[in-house]
Amino acid sequence: MTYDVAIVGAGVVGGLIARELSRFNISIALLEKCNDMAMGTTKANSAIVHGGFDALNGTLKAKLNVEGTALMPKVCEKLHVPFKNNGSLVVAFSDSEMEHVKVLYERGIKNGVPGLSIIDRDELRKIEPNISEEAVGALLCESAGIVCPYELTIAAVENAVTNGVEFIRNCEVQAIECGDCYTLKTTAGDITAKFIINAAGNYSDKLASMVGDNSIDLVPRKGEYYLLDKSVGNLAVHTIFQCPNEMGKGILVTPTVDGNLLIGPTATNIDDKSDTTTTPEGLRDIVEKALKSVPAVSTRNAITSFAGVRAHPVCDDFIIGWCGKSEHFLNVAGVESPGLSAAPAIALYVREILSEKLNLTEKETYSETREAPVRFRHMTDEERAELIKKNPAYGRIICRCETITEGEIIDAIKAPAGARDVDGVKRRTRAGMGRCQGGFCGSKVVEILSRELGVPMNEITKFGGKSKIIYERTK
Amino acid sequence: MTNFDLAVVGGGPAGMAAALKAHEEGVQKIVVLERAETLGGILEQCIHTGFGLHYFGEELSGPEYAGRFIKLLEETDIVVKTDTMVIDIADDNTVTAVSKADGLLKIKAKAVVLAMGCRERPRGALSISGTRGSGIMTAGTAQKYVNIDGYMPGHEVVILGSGDIGLIMARRMTLEGAKVKMVCELMPYSGGLTRNIVQCLEDFDIPLKLSTTVVATHGKERLEGVTIAKVDDRLQPIPGTEEYVPCDTLMLSVGLIPENELSKNSGLELDRITNGPKVDEYRETEHSGVFACGNVLQVHDLVDYVTEESQIAGLGAAKFIKGEKVSGDCVYTNGVSGVRYIVPQRINRETDADVKLYFRVGAVYKDASIVVEANGETVLSKKKKKLCPGEMEYVLIKKDVIANLPKDSVITVRVEA
Amino acid sequence: MEKRELVCVACPLGCGITVSIGDNGEVLEITGNTCKRGDAYARNEVTAPARSLTTTVRVDGGKAYVVPVKSAGPVPKGMMFDCMKVINNASIKAPVKIGDVVIKDILGTGVDIVATNNAE
Repeated sequence: MTYDVAIVGAGVVGGLIARELSRFNISIALLEKCNDMAMGTTKANSAIVHGGFDALNGTLKAKLNVEGTALMPKVCEKLHVPFKNNGSLVVAFSDSEMEHVKVLYERGIKNGVPGLSIIDRDELRKIEPNISEEAVGALLCESAGIVCPYELTIAAVENAVTNGVEFIRNCEVQAIECGDCYTLKTTAGDITAKFIINAAGNYSDKLASMVGDNSIDLVPRKGEYYLLDKSVGNLAVHTIFQCPNEMGKGILVTPTVDGNLLIGPTATNIDDKSDTTTTPEGLRDIVEKALKSVPAVSTRNAITSFAGVRAHPVCDDFIIGWCGKSEHFLNVAGVESPGLSAAPAIALYVREILSEKLNLTEKETYSETREAPVRFRHMTDEERAELIKKNPAYGRIICRCETITEGEIIDAIKAPAGARDVDGVKRRTRAGMGRCQGGFCGSKVVEILSRELGVPMNEITKFGGKSKIIYERTK
Repeated sequence: MTNFDLAVVGGGPAGMAAALKAHEEGVQKIVVLERAETLGGILEQCIHTGFGLHYFGEELSGPEYAGRFIKLLEETDIVVKTDTMVIDIADDNTVTAVSKADGLLKIKAKAVVLAMGCRERPRGALSISGTRGSGIMTAGTAQKYVNIDGYMPGHEVVILGSGDIGLIMARRMTLEGAKVKMVCELMPYSGGLTRNIVQCLEDFDIPLKLSTTVVATHGKERLEGVTIAKVDDRLQPIPGTEEYVPCDTLMLSVGLIPENELSKNSGLELDRITNGPKVDEYRETEHSGVFACGNVLQVHDLVDYVTEESQIAGLGAAKFIKGEKVSGDCVYTNGVSGVRYIVPQRINRETDADVKLYFRVGAVYKDASIVVEANGETVLSKKKKKLCPGEMEYVLIKKDVIANLPKDSVITVRVEA
Repeated sequence: MEKRELVCVACPLGCGITVSIGDNGEVLEITGNTCKRGDAYARNEVTAPARSLTTTVRVDGGKAYVVPVKSAGPVPKGMMFDCMKVINNASIKAPVKIGDVVIKDILGTGVDIVATNNAE
């Protein structure tokens, strides 16, 4: 069959576009080169819903950031994804930095950011008790928040699939033939579509070039992070930024929606887009700079470190619009920070652009909500008792650190566009996300995946490809 | 709500020994709550021998050692609930647990024994840079795959950490046909038992690289190799000493952490060094009627010592339930110069028996003395040919000595090199 | 005369033992051991080193795929991999009880391979 629209890339941008377009009477394929959605930049970023005072006035970035942030709480509510409006701070450590804070304030006001104010040392200390003594003041942005980017993406894709979108994994586009419609030559076979939406993240330049569009100029920029244990999750109330520089917003210290503390990212331009290695220098750098904001931070509480690669566009703005070289090819590229914040608005914006060339009529059956997944750890004992009575699988706790039940893991596997690998289960349920990092539950999760998917244990991977967990039988 | 005299959280060697001891002491209604499908805890996957020499006077494998206690338990009316996970212990010793079979369980117990064991320190705590593909696992996880599930977790293995589990797995993987390239140890000495170095490494010509660590992992999907480097006195990698070692598996045996989530949630303060609750001579924590024993209290090197300690806790719990347990003015213990920690952390002055102080040293010592002092006087001094961090030591303190100490005084134990 | 320094593996204590060996390979003196087992270990180690072997064996028709086994006594150190081959090709029918003999007199060593756990 020929799809009306093929969306390439199931990151937060592609996922939310798929969801938004799934409300119309068109056929949609969401193509993902990995074994799961949210495997690129979406998986490893700061998880921040930015206020929108960073982007320069008049840029697409500024407009979509402010709009996206305003949409975010509602989108999260509909998709049952935790969102926390914790607010953000840009902390100044000197009078000259305080001047910069004022610049950001002015810019924010012009961008239309709500809830902005400049606070002094005392006020700062009052609302952010663990902040460094050296801090002299800050820009407070009450409209900023935090969200889990991969949870948002998973929920969006699930919702899209429920509304008829086809999610095709392990489907890397290798070439595109242009004719009456597009034929995408992929690792999962040929796929034909009338329209292509390029949401391929770090690879959106490569995808565009397949239709002759070489205009997208991206610089891969790596950011390394430390994730700290929940026991220190309360070291920061707000998302704490330092004054930005030309490489980005600097090292931040922030709580996550799950209650951990996240510190990072570094910003290093790299050559290899797939280089998500952490480096000793990077990790050292994070700690050094995070300590400047919150002196109580310590890697003694680190549960993991990771790195993500973001596609920094040389033009310094989002690249969203019809490609000049191919009529039905729509670029959504260069979506670096605040891409997550902007994503809900990007989805609407793309829909608007698409409607110029494709007739979009609303489906009657569309549902904009994703059912809330069972979260045993957040329930009362009464709810738990009731739940286990209905389905005993919820009475078996698999992940001890995060209190995740077998029932939740089975749900994650059986969900629309469900988990196919260990990391997929981890991102959907948090099993293995805790302080033991899957030491106890890892093999149990492999067992459950094997049983539910009907494949031998030694074919289960960590995240698809060659990332096998175990090999042959010992005997 | 079900009423029990004693609820034991965990059915490994610690929980079983504590339950059996309490039963022997006449405690009537006892329940053991075990999160796995079987009793025995980690012993079930420890198929090597070396267990039971002290306690049974013979050399058993892990499952055999556990099997003896399982058999004894089966002969009693102690209630065993497997596949049951305790999720909360309230201030009034109400234990909340969940299981497939029983749903949500509320158990009101007169006393509780915490015996949840420990877990392995994961990679995240180490800050090894590089890729995060598959093939990096704790030695215990690998052990489960090989010994319980019957799968090979890898073919070319580097082991980081020369604790006993790492050493045992070096041999185990070799026997099953894998190539174990080396065991790297950050410290200048091995944390494992000497005999394991001989029979798990030397027997198979597996190099033990001391003062060496893994600084980076390579391979985007499955692990393809690691970079190792020598470390200096401050345990920092020395630039220029890096070496690439191809391998598909990195096993981590970098320490065990008592699993005290439940203890912490119920408000128990943990000892900074042991990461276990602070206890008295009967292993009663700071919560009245809540006892702790085994690896949840302090990481032991021999299961025989776990059993011994758990019997103390079982006895204590029995005394508590019968209203016979002394609880009043205490003296405290403190490890100094060379002694990292001591269990118990406090002793009731009017305790009814002599007390063994268990401790670990922080470095390797030869021909040193262990000196115990209290109230400005030397209580005892004991010569030791060898002391090392991997092996737990103890000194026995007479109850009369304790009774004669002023309230709140401190008994110190130190190494005199 | 030759002196060999050994670490006893008979139990977890790991005593350091010194064995003096005569020119004809006979044991002249053993020092450093703290028990009789240490003496026996040292004597064997310099003449005919042996180790107890622990591994798993396949279970037929059971819930578990493998059950742990051990050699009932030490087997010659040089024969461990040969023994592994035999064990890896063997299997035992469920149910298995602790102590069940899986392989009798493995490779003529006089040592049995026995199950060390139950398996349904």
